[in-house]
Amino acid sequence: MADVALANTGAAPTRPSGWKGIAADWSSDQRAFKNVSWGKAMMWIFLLSDTFIFSCFLLSYMTVRMSTRVPWPNPSKVFALTIGGTTIPLILIAIMTFILISSSGTMAMAVNFGYRHDRVKSAALMLVTAAFGATFVGMQGFEWTKLIMEGVRPWGNPWGAVQFGSSFFMITGFHGTHVTFGVIFLIITSRKVLRGDFDREARGFFTSQKGRYEIVEIMGLYWHFVDLVWVFIFALFYLW
Amino acid sequence: MVQAVAHVEGQQHPIKLYLVVWGWLFVLSTCSYLVDYFGLHGYSRWSLILLFMILKAGLIVAVFMHMAWERLALMYAILLPPVLVLVFVGIMVFESDYTLFTRIAFFGAGK
Repeated sequence: MADVALANTGAAPTRPSGWKGIAADWSSDQRAFKNVSWGKAMMWIFLLSDTFIFSCFLLSYMTVRMSTRVPWPNPSKVFALTIGGTTIPLILIAIMTFILISSSGTMAMAVNFGYRHDRVKSAALMLVTAAFGATFVGMQGFEWTKLIMEGVRPWGNPWGAVQFGSSFFMITGFHGTHVTFGVIFLIITSRKVLRGDFDREARGFFTSQKGRYEIVEIMGLYWHFVDLVWVFIFALFYLW
Repeated sequence: MVQAVAHVEGQQHPIKLYLVVWGWLFVLSTCSYLVDYFGLHGYSRWSLILLFMILKAGLIVAVFMHMAWERLALMYAILLPPVLVLVFVGIMVFESDYTLFTRIAFFGAGK
């Protein structure tokens, strides 16, 4: 198979930029994304479709919250934790936010060290990212347990509008699933980096394409997207 | 950020850039948490929440996901469609207002 056409070949130096560039790239009767490999382009397109899925969840949450006659439970109180005798509003969610942002930071650096062919640092940072992600999922499990013990169900809760439970479990559950899959793929990718698959251009088991450090960046795109979705959930579900 | 970066292999940027963005994301997250902590309400609450949300999302997409260094053709293909979701938001705002109106009209004003 012609790997040449698929690998990241770098943009031809003479491509026009700006609006002319858009027209030229899309109308060139070739690949529209000139300096982006198919792997990266497809990850972006997958993330776009995932954006629509999460948009639909957040939209249905907005719709049920706006159309109910019953007052919405106050997230600030629902997610408060009592630590050492003082009740701090929303503290668990704040900690989870900082953990996920930190995992995004380590992932960005893992991509950077990957392109510098620093195998150990790249793999180590990816494993740190995975550890942050696993911690996040663990804290989410704690949060779910706490709320279920307090009587929150998809069909009702002790504080107000019944739609609160279904929105909460649907949105955070779907996001938590994304984080979990991210952790699994981070571990797989870091193992490949550590083993030197991307230096030897070892072929992957699924696509049989030559391994390259761009795979770390594509993995990073997915991970940053998970963080990005949390930014919106944090603002629209927990803080609103 | 607009000038073309020489692509030796993939995206090459100084580590410091990521650390600065990381720091800003922490600051912005703290700010949005403080909005809740100090119990701001009404317009100041949701305008600040939305502002911090957009700034954080922008930083993540532009720097961490390297969108700032991609060609415009990819930027518009990926970033424009989610903006159109706002039309859907508008439709559902009218729809839920109508649902609330009919619920109040037929079942009374709730608890």
